[in-house]
Amino acid sequence: MTSRKPNPFEYAPAPESRAVVDIAPSYGLFIDGEFTEAADGKVFKTVSPSTEEVLSEVARAGEADVERAVKAARKAFDKWSALPGAERGKYLFRIARIIQERSRELAVLETLDNGKPIKETRDADLPLVAAHFFYYAGWADKLDHAGYGPNPQPLGVAGQVIPWNFPLLMLAWKIAPALATGNTVVLKPAETTPLSALFFADICRQAGLPKGVVNILPGYGDAGAALTAHPDVNKVAFTGSTAVGKQIARALAGTDKKLTLELGGKGANIVFDDAPIDQAVEGIVGGIFFNQGQVCCAGSRLLVQESIQDELLDSLKRRLSTLRLGDPLDKNTDIGAINSAEQLARITALVDTGEAEGAERWSAPCELPSTGYWFAPTLFTGVTQAHTVARDEIFGPVLSVLTFRTPDEAVAKANNTPYGLSAGIWTEKGSRILAVANKLRAGVIWSNTFNKFDPTSPFGGYKESGFGREGGRHGLEAYLDV
Amino acid sequence: MFHRRQEESSTGAKGCERNVTPERKLCGAEDFTSRYARRYAPLVTMPPVPKSDKPAKAEKAAKVDKADKKVKSVKTESAATPAKSPFADVTASDATLRRFLHGLPGVDTVGLEARAAALGTRSIKTTAKAYAIDLAISMIDLTTLEGADTAGKVHALGAKAVHPDPTDRGTPTTAAVCVYPDMVATAKAAVAGSGVKVASVATAFPAGRAALGVKLADTKDAVAAGADEIDMVIDRGAFLSGDYMKVYEEIRAVKEAAGPARLKVIFETGELSTYDNIRRASWIGMIAGADFIKTSTGKVGVNATPANTLLMLEAVRDFRAQTGVQIGVKPAGGIRSTKDAIKFLVLVNETAGPDWLDNHWFRFGASSLLNDLLMQRQKLATGRYSGPDYVTVD
Repeated sequence: MTSRKPNPFEYAPAPESRAVVDIAPSYGLFIDGEFTEAADGKVFKTVSPSTEEVLSEVARAGEADVERAVKAARKAFDKWSALPGAERGKYLFRIARIIQERSRELAVLETLDNGKPIKETRDADLPLVAAHFFYYAGWADKLDHAGYGPNPQPLGVAGQVIPWNFPLLMLAWKIAPALATGNTVVLKPAETTPLSALFFADICRQAGLPKGVVNILPGYGDAGAALTAHPDVNKVAFTGSTAVGKQIARALAGTDKKLTLELGGKGANIVFDDAPIDQAVEGIVGGIFFNQGQVCCAGSRLLVQESIQDELLDSLKRRLSTLRLGDPLDKNTDIGAINSAEQLARITALVDTGEAEGAERWSAPCELPSTGYWFAPTLFTGVTQAHTVARDEIFGPVLSVLTFRTPDEAVAKANNTPYGLSAGIWTEKGSRILAVANKLRAGVIWSNTFNKFDPTSPFGGYKESGFGREGGRHGLEAYLDV
Repeated sequence: MFHRRQEESSTGAKGCERNVTPERKLCGAEDFTSRYARRYAPLVTMPPVPKSDKPAKAEKAAKVDKADKKVKSVKTESAATPAKSPFADVTASDATLRRFLHGLPGVDTVGLEARAAALGTRSIKTTAKAYAIDLAISMIDLTTLEGADTAGKVHALGAKAVHPDPTDRGTPTTAAVCVYPDMVATAKAAVAGSGVKVASVATAFPAGRAALGVKLADTKDAVAAGADEIDMVIDRGAFLSGDYMKVYEEIRAVKEAAGPARLKVIFETGELSTYDNIRRASWIGMIAGADFIKTSTGKVGVNATPANTLLMLEAVRDFRAQTGVQIGVKPAGGIRSTKDAIKFLVLVNETAGPDWLDNHWFRFGASSLLNDLLMQRQKLATGRYSGPDYVTVD
């Protein structure tokens, strides 16, 4: 799996059992509390990115299905929104508990369908998913105290489109606040990762959620476009690429739909010369190689103070050489598979561009499995602001290393991007953390850590990284008529 | 605290600008590539450090099974005379030593503990587990440090160290038995001919509150009785009051008194309290010539933890990268289960690296750990758990 020099302490395979999850050969759309075929009978296959094995065949939603689903959600809205908040909260608490009870099954499923390591689905995705439902369940009967005046009203039907990088977590970010505030939802998962959303549909039935409150439409971009453009949808929430986000914004211009977008990023991770070096290295690794770098808030630009560049890069390379790439179900795997052939091609093309433009490439010495979609952890040194790899979002395990001389230069370079989602600051000097954070134009700023998430903390971007906030009290606003 | 470090380094830089000699400039800017040099270049001059880790490799190659030869090879490297020490300028005065220690990169508590916890989730199964259990047994310093120790008790301990599992003679021996100085001769006799070392605590263990002369006499007495290894405690009072030089000098003096015996330096991390302090203590120990740095005595509330051991493993890793000299690490106290021991071995493997996966470079100071390892070992061999009556009670 990994190709380090022969080590007497080579970890034996420790795979999580696949037997805990039962994947059916085919799945339908989830509309009005029932699984149903697509109106035009179309289906698509979902594969495991680590083996290219076909996991299941899933109904592909079209325009007619969007129509049906929105109608079901509209029908369910009156009763759902009229429920006392405490009653809606009970459903959400029930969903959260079922997610916890089934978390091992869901973690394995997510790893199979997405390609990310079981270590991450088990220790990050699933605990956060449950935490999100618990958190917003608590808000359901306290909306009067959320700061939007007495008795704030829901918007109606929410059309939600989510990406493939954190399939179930993004679902939780979207559905939990929508239901807590009394909206009903139609959600389209990404075409490469539809399964966990369909398992969630089953959880909704298990929890006895009224029919039509949650509808799940697996499908491609056409279904997403039909959903967001549907005239009876009152609220659109999208997480994904900046290009698609712009299309949606154009399509919605002039309508009264409320829109929130969470788009791409090119996060700067700024390391000052007085940083705690060993922990900074861990933070850099977690910042860009968590989920194979397929994270919108990834710290994909490392800005390191020139005076410590050599020692930091030496430490970083040594650390990257210990990363274990391979079977995502193995509990010792650090780096899993890239989600799709398409994404792998995109990463490869951008890395080739980086090399062609003269940036120096270094990849961790690891053997890639022969089937599936894989990319070795890679970093580019000698990168300047003019390089493509410093400007474009790669959305893969690729780190661009830039240097700076002074705090002002660090801030200028960090802000010199069309994006503004995340940033990190590494220094032992508290006053510098506060001074630099105030000047950074990014929605989330971590200091002496990176990629830490919590349902109580709002998340969202500046500039082309989108608008609106998810999580925390602020996350309620997107789903309330305020 | 943050501010003070900033001030110090900036005054240091100014001082450098004021009297830059060509020699210093070269040393600071060109030849000197080692990790902490940059922070110190203005303050101290050190000879350039070879970039490759050849000395360590050469030493590894020279390592043969006969343990006494190992000791010699280490001795030649780490017992350098003060004049040749690459840290001569660091230890030139109280001020230089303090500046060096306070200029080491800080430790972020949350990040360090998170990394230790993350490595604790490694899943070590089947063949890897079998390897780890045998390795852990071979790394134990089987310890009895009680006021109630008797010749009978020490004799039993020695027998157990030589044949840990009476039902399986193929079980590796432990690395050493660890006793008080007055029990060294007894222990030596108990393990005679087995290759098991005898380690003795010394220097007024565990408090270390005695005059230097007493500590040195304690050490010499243990070595004279045949101790192969000396486990000394540092003067925590001196460390916490900022008298780093006293701590350093004392380690050097004990090192000299210990002669051929390998020296383990106990910091009592639970009393040093902060991770920054543990990192500083590690560097004092390494610069002063310790062969091992060791977490604790086992006599205070907080002993070895994954986080403080991880930090010390980073220290020996960095020290070898800078000087070519490899130094061992010994967590002691509180490690009782196989699961815990394996977590520590994962820390070693993924922090210092496989070069430390050898009882010459890593030890567990423990007593009850051995029986749990033996029960797990029997379980791997037979497929079922035996129980505490199938291992010896000592």
